[in-house]
Amino acid sequence: MAVSAINPMDPPAAAARRPLFGVAERDTLVAPVLANNPIGVQVLGICSALAITTRMDKALVMSLGVILVAMMANVVVSLVRNYTPTAVRIIVQLAVIASLVIVFDQVLRATQYELSLELSVFVGLIITNCIVMGRAEGFAMSNPPWRAALDGLGNGAGYALVLMLVAFARELLGAGKVFGFTVLPLARDGGWYVPNGLMLLAPSALFLIGLLIWALRTWRPQLQEKD
Amino acid sequence: MSRVLARLGLDPQRDRETPRYTIAFTAVVCVVCALLVSVAAVSLQPRQQAQARLYMEKNVLVAAALIAPLAPMAAAEVDAVFARDLKVRLVELASGELLAPQARDARAFDMRAARNDPQLSQPAPANDAGIRRLPRYGPVYYVLKDGQVDQVVLAVEGPGMWGTIYGFVALAADGNTVRGVTFYEHRETPGLGGEIGNPQWQALWRGRQVFDDQWNARLTVIKGRADDPQADPLRVDGITGATITNVAVTRLIQFWLGPHGYGPFLARLRAGARP
Repeated sequence: MAVSAINPMDPPAAAARRPLFGVAERDTLVAPVLANNPIGVQVLGICSALAITTRMDKALVMSLGVILVAMMANVVVSLVRNYTPTAVRIIVQLAVIASLVIVFDQVLRATQYELSLELSVFVGLIITNCIVMGRAEGFAMSNPPWRAALDGLGNGAGYALVLMLVAFARELLGAGKVFGFTVLPLARDGGWYVPNGLMLLAPSALFLIGLLIWALRTWRPQLQEKD
Repeated sequence: MSRVLARLGLDPQRDRETPRYTIAFTAVVCVVCALLVSVAAVSLQPRQQAQARLYMEKNVLVAAALIAPLAPMAAAEVDAVFARDLKVRLVELASGELLAPQARDARAFDMRAARNDPQLSQPAPANDAGIRRLPRYGPVYYVLKDGQVDQVVLAVEGPGMWGTIYGFVALAADGNTVRGVTFYEHRETPGLGGEIGNPQWQALWRGRQVFDDQWNARLTVIKGRADDPQADPLRVDGITGATITNVAVTRLIQFWLGPHGYGPFLARLRAGARP
């Protein structure tokens, strides 16, 4: 006797599972790195980009902080999104983000003390970084946790990309170094390179980010706003 | 989350926008966040204190020009340099006499804690540096070279513009010539007063002298530019736009190297006292 393919006693077939890393997930992760870059396109999180891009190691630690906080905050906000009353959702997001940043700051002070002294207030200012709050409210409140985590990772990575590029230019042209290793020997140490002092000041970061935004919009003309 | 709320008789679907639910939800969020932060802070505190201590001891070596200002250095290396080249002793500030090594662990001495401990400190005599309490003992780091005392590094501190400035002054064995200086912890304005932490400014102190012919502590951070150390030994270039910080540094240096601070000790050092 032929065995029936479908046993009527079985529970109904589960709803089609979303793949762990399908097209939508890849887009969520990859889009913010370039096409929807938080600094270059959404123009968020500029402030810290000016202050901590004088050296690449500072930029790296900040990027790591933002990636971690953005990911974890997105996940937590997404997990409680169906329980959060509308009236207090921003405050709840802020409490979550602030707690995560404080924990990151404490860990940094326990492991990389001198770097944390140099980064000083800017680690705490991740709380005010528009990217983190913006994605928590704009994405995590209306998406499941795994997608929210990818979005946090993608936006953090986009932020990191811009920060590292700006830091590379500023450290190389302003001090002749890359990650602390001398690449262009400075004239005052016996070499030939006279460093560009402007690169060590904050306005240079503004110029570099402006150039980056210009380059991004030339590469992707659809980003240009219609007049 | 749903279990907690069910226990309170609240259903997220139905009650989410009601005041009672809102208060209960935010209370739960607050408790969880507070727990997370306090557990992290308390459990990491010992490591942070160890790191702060390591950083301070590194700055003793920076002041004595034994290591470059930004050189990374692990705890083991710092310990090795301390064991090889340094001798840490405590000095009784009022008399200038060294404490016997067995009396108290010199290297573990916490000057800030001592300052606030009524048993180990006293109210400071009237001074213009803003120093309120004076510890009875201060650490002295003797730097040895070929078995002889080459430098002494002394801890200095005092109120700056926005917070307390902590630093070290390294003097040659004559108790007068400055070998180096660091200000490793402060709250001064970045870019202005904060430049006291800049090694390039600290380098301007090298070769200056602290005391004048009558052995009064006269080294001053001036407004403007001072000449070379040979020509202008008692003055150091000031930092533009940081007058209050400049004055604070001058006053705390003169206090700690003067009669109320390490002055008596330095007098003995000049007379030839050695550890």
